[in-house]
Amino acid sequence: MYYNEHMETASRDELERIQLERLQATVRRMYDNVGFYRRRMEEQGVVPEDIKTLSDITKLPFMSKIDLRDNYPFGTFAVQKTEIVRLHASSGTTGKPIVAGYTRHDLEMWSDCVARGLSAVGVTADDIVQVAYGYGLFTGGMGVHYGIERLGATVLPISAGNTKKQIMMMQDLGTTVLACTPSYALVLGEAIRDMGIDPETIKLRVGVFGAEPWTEGIRKEIEALLHIKAYDIYGLTESVGPGVAMECKEACDGLHIWEDCFIPEIVDPDTGEPLPDGQIGELVITTINKEGMPTVRFRTHDLTYIHKEPCVCGRTHRRLHRLMGRTDDMLIIRGVNVFPSQVESAIVGIEGIAPRYLLVVDRVHNLDTLEVQVELLPTLVYDEVRKMEALRAKVQKSIEQVLGLSVSVRLMPPNSIERAEGKSKHIKDNRKLD
Amino acid sequence: MYNYVKQISAFLPNKQGTLTGFTQLLADNSLDLMALSLADTTNFGIARAIFKEYDKALAVLQQAGYTASITPVLAVGVPDCPGGLNKVLQILNRENLSIEYIYNFVHTVDDQAVLICRVDDGDKAVDELQKAGVKLFDRSELQ
Ligand SMILES: [Zn+2]
Repeated sequence: MYYNEHMETASRDELERIQLERLQATVRRMYDNVGFYRRRMEEQGVVPEDIKTLSDITKLPFMSKIDLRDNYPFGTFAVQKTEIVRLHASSGTTGKPIVAGYTRHDLEMWSDCVARGLSAVGVTADDIVQVAYGYGLFTGGMGVHYGIERLGATVLPISAGNTKKQIMMMQDLGTTVLACTPSYALVLGEAIRDMGIDPETIKLRVGVFGAEPWTEGIRKEIEALLHIKAYDIYGLTESVGPGVAMECKEACDGLHIWEDCFIPEIVDPDTGEPLPDGQIGELVITTINKEGMPTVRFRTHDLTYIHKEPCVCGRTHRRLHRLMGRTDDMLIIRGVNVFPSQVESAIVGIEGIAPRYLLVVDRVHNLDTLEVQVELLPTLVYDEVRKMEALRAKVQKSIEQVLGLSVSVRLMPPNSIERAEGKSKHIKDNRKLD
Repeated sequence: MYNYVKQISAFLPNKQGTLTGFTQLLADNSLDLMALSLADTTNFGIARAIFKEYDKALAVLQQAGYTASITPVLAVGVPDCPGGLNKVLQILNRENLSIEYIYNFVHTVDDQAVLICRVDDGDKAVDELQKAGVKLFDRSELQ
């Protein structure tokens, strides 16, 4: 169901007209009000009048997390502080966090985006939504919260943690929708199973999960544990928060990014050159309907591609493929860009193989080599070397097809590969580059 | 109705010390190894073994992080005399049964050598061997 039918199904022409108008206004405000970005534009020899068409966006300088950090706390705000009605902050792993400021208009826009997303996965005014995202400086809790109220559904702002209480409330109040991180959804699902609770006493039917990367494998696990349909929501504090893009239940394949509010671009992470739809690269987002802290050509470091085909649901806003990892994880092997998540997609579902892998890169006689180590499940599927060898060859062929690169594959015992909790743990690069 | 003997098959990565790690684990858990065979490539190996307590062996191995499973196999009694093995294999060959692998018991049982045998069509092999008067050891006799 559409929340804002006119905007969600607007013709591409109309959408692009809105985008250009809003992009021009955003660039003008940045130039006039944000000193650091004006200097960036001047260095690059570009003025607001140069933005005559949407493709002129590539003339504009990029923004990065570092810029926001360097101008901490308010240096990238584009309005007077009196107009700011809320602040959020994203936790930095080192040093200062990034502060995001919102005007009343920005909060309205954000709620509208979240409401569209919830509606796209079938949430209605009849639902009770349990928000188990953290509330506070983190954008997750409050961002989803106001979108739920905007939609007219009932919000239960329980925040993260206290798993037993979460489950009790779920049972007693008859919660129908769960919003949290995918890893917390797994925790809840496992707790429900381990407590021996009959899933029929829980009315959950939909899950809205985001704020961290997850996979199709995890989606299946969550759906099986909680007996729900699980959907992906995307967002980042620098753009607004959760709700920038959301899956729809009709396709459940790619996240519609609300293009009247955000302009997505995909660029080569190395060169910054724009890439066509369908090609994997770094997602760059320009906010075009935000007053407090607009971000122009913000480098997200998230890897994805834009779907070429229009969606079956009728929404005209293009779809981002579910995130495929971080640019920091990208490897260049023999000139080919390799993303660890591609390997995961190649091995998922092969009998006897766990979705756990390590890419070992080396350089032998000036030639890059890639060995993929994959873990076996605890149950051996074949007791013959010949058949195990065939399984190994099958894994190899599947990976080679996805990467377009020859690899060697080594089968490993269960739990022998280090768990990837942070980034880059999927990779061991032994190349000495000079 | 023949009660197949349960073999444990375990995956061994080809690294120095993996086999001793495997045998050490068996010793530490007082698992009585009645037969063992190894097959390997340059990349990995598979150990196949018969234990008295096969269920305990499987649990110990999987808990220790091995990929392992149970495979039903035949335990064929081979008369301890020249031509004994040949007689058994000729029967299987005559019936076009293909042998995936064979290996021997460490000790004789009732004065017969025990041959562990995995055949593509186990039920047919059981029929033919029994018809020819070959002794098949049941699981209850060994495990
Ligand atoms: Zn759709």
